[in-house]
Amino acid sequence: MKYMLLICVDDTIEPTEGDPTIEQWLAELGDRRLDGSQLRSVEDATTVRARGGEVLLSDGPFAETKEQIVGYDVVDCADLDEAIRIASRHPCARFGSVEVRPFFTG
Amino acid sequence: MTVEAEVSELFRAERGRIVATLIRLTGDWELAEECVQDAFARALECWPREGVPRRPGAWLTTTARNRALDRLRRSSVEAAKLREVVAVLDAPPDEVDDDELGDDLLRLIFTCCHPALTLEARVALTLRTVAGLTTAEIARAFLVPEATMAKRLVRARQKIRNARIPYRVPPAHLLPERTGGVLGVLYLLFNEGYAASGGADLLRRNLCAEAIRLARTLVAAMPDEPEAVGLLALMLLQDSRRDARFDHAGDLVPLDEQDRSRWDGGQVEEGVALLDSALRRGRPGPYQVQAAIAACHATAARAEDTDWPQIALLYGELAMLVPSPVVRLNRAVAVAMADGPAAGLALVDDLADEVTGHLLPATRADLLRRLGRTTEALAAYERALALAPTDAERRHLTRLISALRG
Repeated sequence: MKYMLLICVDDTIEPTEGDPTIEQWLAELGDRRLDGSQLRSVEDATTVRARGGEVLLSDGPFAETKEQIVGYDVVDCADLDEAIRIASRHPCARFGSVEVRPFFTG
Repeated sequence: MTVEAEVSELFRAERGRIVATLIRLTGDWELAEECVQDAFARALECWPREGVPRRPGAWLTTTARNRALDRLRRSSVEAAKLREVVAVLDAPPDEVDDDELGDDLLRLIFTCCHPALTLEARVALTLRTVAGLTTAEIARAFLVPEATMAKRLVRARQKIRNARIPYRVPPAHLLPERTGGVLGVLYLLFNEGYAASGGADLLRRNLCAEAIRLARTLVAAMPDEPEAVGLLALMLLQDSRRDARFDHAGDLVPLDEQDRSRWDGGQVEEGVALLDSALRRGRPGPYQVQAAIAACHATAARAEDTDWPQIALLYGELAMLVPSPVVRLNRAVAVAMADGPAAGLALVDDLADEVTGHLLPATRADLLRRLGRTTEALAAYERALALAPTDAERRHLTRLISALRG
């Protein structure tokens, strides 16, 4: 089963010293991680809407919230418990949050 | 026993297990529930004619399973998926292994109480799937429209399927945490019933009986888990007072004024025995400690015989296990009973910033009254009255205020 992990943090919060690094997390995951990347900040985001044949653009993210998506990972897991375990060990889970979204098809 | 009575007895005792097995076999919660429902209907049809089979539980399981097979074959399930499910269902019905069936029920309970579901969904799903209440009954018990409850159940089953919440008893590293979660759901259910007022609210009060029944099921499936036993003991001890807790007008009767001859002695005895067996395992936890406190009350022949120093001690222990201001407030009450109202009041005042709601002013009022500080007591009662959440509690506080005004 494929899950998308959306890594969300409030960028005013800095990780504390001694937290596990992303490298450690990636090593632990091995080939269960199918894809993933860090994303550029919401300042570089463009939100696109198509309404009544017109394309509307706005500068910035789709929702102005404190926490923003800063990266994503696609992981292949047996079930939600495994995905939760992986998400809970992501360094950002300690000060931000990780949204776990199942893929529509397996 | 008539066949109808026997079927309804089996429905209460076996339905959850059979649904649990069908879910394991088909992976489809709705189909499982419907087929088990059909199997019970078939039993009502066939058994009066053909006699009750030697192993009625196995008969019902096989009937439900054949029904599922039938329905899947006739449905438009994708061929590969169908072959997979049919292979499982079509396997020769193994001599029904009681252990395996018990495991199925645990799988079901743990899945219903999975922490990725909202607490409301966990409670609803447990009542629907494990306890076998109808959606309408659950909706009435939680005072929401039936359509809302139905939607909540559909959403929960969808999430289990779409997010692939595993249908299993959690592995060792997750087990303590998840077991705590299951116990939490059962105790919440119990408290929903316990908080319901007397008389008219019968359906809500039945939640206590359902919670106890579910706890018994859990204890039977996890006999080595002392906190599960502790929770069952706690519920039995609290529920033993059900007939004495309300007066004829449906008003709450405080513990020290209850007619103790109306407490359920058999239930107290069972609760105390269960608690002893749990404590002997030497792994205390919050439910065992709360049961021990309930046992102190339940075994006091008169209110003045209550062992308050022991209760104060137990609340101290509980406060270390569960750091909560409400627990500390209860400890203050016990200390006031053991060492006098002044000692209790000092502890209550320490909590002023931490506890919201009517309990803190009500407790303060009571202690001030006992210290003879009437004006301050009245002011505190008024504050409590303004914050009290139920009619029964408001009536109780109003009575105290008029008694104090003399």
